[in-house]
Amino acid sequence: MGEYILEIAYLIASVLYIFGLKMMSGPKTARNGNLWAAAGMFIAIVATITLYTYDIKNEAGDIEKGVHLGNKLWIGGGIAIGTILGYMMAKKVQMTDMPQMVSLFNGMGGACAAIIGIIEFPHYAHDSSSSFLILLTIYAGLVIGSTSFAGSMVAFLKLNGNLKKDIRFPLYNVVNTGLIIAAIGLTICLAGGHIGTENVDMWVYILLGLSLSYGILFVLPIGGADMPVVISLLNSFTGMAAAFAGFLYGNMAMLTGGILVGSAGTILTVVMCKGMNRSLTAVIFGAFGTGGKDVVAGGGDGTQKSYKQTNPSDLAVLLNYSSKVIIVPGYGLAVAQAQHVVNEMENILTSRGVEVKYAIHPVAGRMPGHMNVLLAESNVEYDKLVEMEDINAEFATCDVVLVLGANDVVNPAAKEDPASPIYGMPILNVEDAKHTVVNKRSMNVGYAGIDNDLFYRDKTSMLFGDAKKVLTELVGELKAL
Amino acid sequence: MVYIVILSIILGIEVIESVPAVLHTPLMSGANAIHGVVVVGAIIVMGTAEPDDYLALILGFLAVILGTVNVVGGFVVTDRMLDMFKKKPAKKD
Repeated sequence: MGEYILEIAYLIASVLYIFGLKMMSGPKTARNGNLWAAAGMFIAIVATITLYTYDIKNEAGDIEKGVHLGNKLWIGGGIAIGTILGYMMAKKVQMTDMPQMVSLFNGMGGACAAIIGIIEFPHYAHDSSSSFLILLTIYAGLVIGSTSFAGSMVAFLKLNGNLKKDIRFPLYNVVNTGLIIAAIGLTICLAGGHIGTENVDMWVYILLGLSLSYGILFVLPIGGADMPVVISLLNSFTGMAAAFAGFLYGNMAMLTGGILVGSAGTILTVVMCKGMNRSLTAVIFGAFGTGGKDVVAGGGDGTQKSYKQTNPSDLAVLLNYSSKVIIVPGYGLAVAQAQHVVNEMENILTSRGVEVKYAIHPVAGRMPGHMNVLLAESNVEYDKLVEMEDINAEFATCDVVLVLGANDVVNPAAKEDPASPIYGMPILNVEDAKHTVVNKRSMNVGYAGIDNDLFYRDKTSMLFGDAKKVLTELVGELKAL
Repeated sequence: MVYIVILSIILGIEVIESVPAVLHTPLMSGANAIHGVVVVGAIIVMGTAEPDDYLALILGFLAVILGTVNVVGGFVVTDRMLDMFKKKPAKKD
């Protein structure tokens, strides 16, 4: 009886994931969708703990059927600790740090899948009746899970700013390809039983080492705007690892959940690549922001290019007498926590008859949609956030473009300089506007590590300083006008 | 089981394809929470481990914690993100 209820519970859970994901793809239903998926997860976990049964051979050699799960105290304790930890981390994190948080959670899921593989393989590897398929499932889960874990941790460190450089070794692609071929080959050898049982343990740990190194090396050289793509890809990896574990236990909830994320994550990755006009292979093998030579702001050729500077009071006058202003928010704005001040400025300008819009580049911030989340946090209206394709035509009719802490997404090199690492990435055509004002803390390069020619153009003036401080001054000046 | 695998793949693709870029981040985060279902595997590992198999117990315990953090953290973060989209009155309606 119990096992039927369990199967039904898993079915309900799977249906809830699917509807949850579906609802999450529309802005209005998104929040409920998330809750539905969470409810599905709750059902799956509770049902597993209370209803899951298995067969064991007791000491007399008889098979005992329908044994319930043991060690419930441990399980309950683990879940309690995990819940408290997860809840606190999720509540405490700043919206600006969201991408690395997602990456961290993803890595934990990957580690969980890898650990399952580590615990389970001795049970099957030393049993000659284990089929190739079952062994393959275990090892594949182990490899993918640990790759995802190691990769996510590197991504987390990079996004968190602990690891700044995009490290790239000589012969990088050769080493990396070698690693993955070695890992796949070893997996097949192990699954096929070509390695004697006495050596299996050692080789599995070697396999684990290979997968972890691959995860690290895979993410290490990737930087700049490609980071979100990598997180999305690792996300689908963990989904696949979960699916393999589900296959091992014949567990429907894990299987559907894992595969759903695996395929959805892959599609999401492809969609993101399209948004940046880059192919997935270019992201993985290409050199993004890894030109090898250090780029010096102000001209790599040694000559100091000149730029114009402006101040809040001049800018206030300029903005006040404009008819249309487009704001290009970037990560710098988010870091400075200046979203609310921007909203205040927008309200003042709007009340004086100035049309204000926000131009949102697909990868503004650190992840697609990241900037929308941040601006939504400070009550900027949804309608005013305009996506790149729609706003690009409007720059020509706009008086002032205010670039706040964005850099690479407005770099004309992406259109004009085929040698630039970001060449081909769609950008916001801010140079079409009558005036461009760029707020940055300094002339330093952006996340992709390349110089931006926009800053030296005639129509561009620079407004240096922390976004929040400068904007607060600007709002003060505007009020005084 | 092969049916389920293939159907799930198609469903996953179908569900995601028409998502506006605005929702990519919450969606990724939500999907991230769903693959935390791997915690169910960790629970099974722990539950079937012999009470004196300390390696399995300790690693399994760790796996349960990690998996739960993935699930709970993932859903809570997603909810926080989506909450922000909802707060303001939807003008288009």
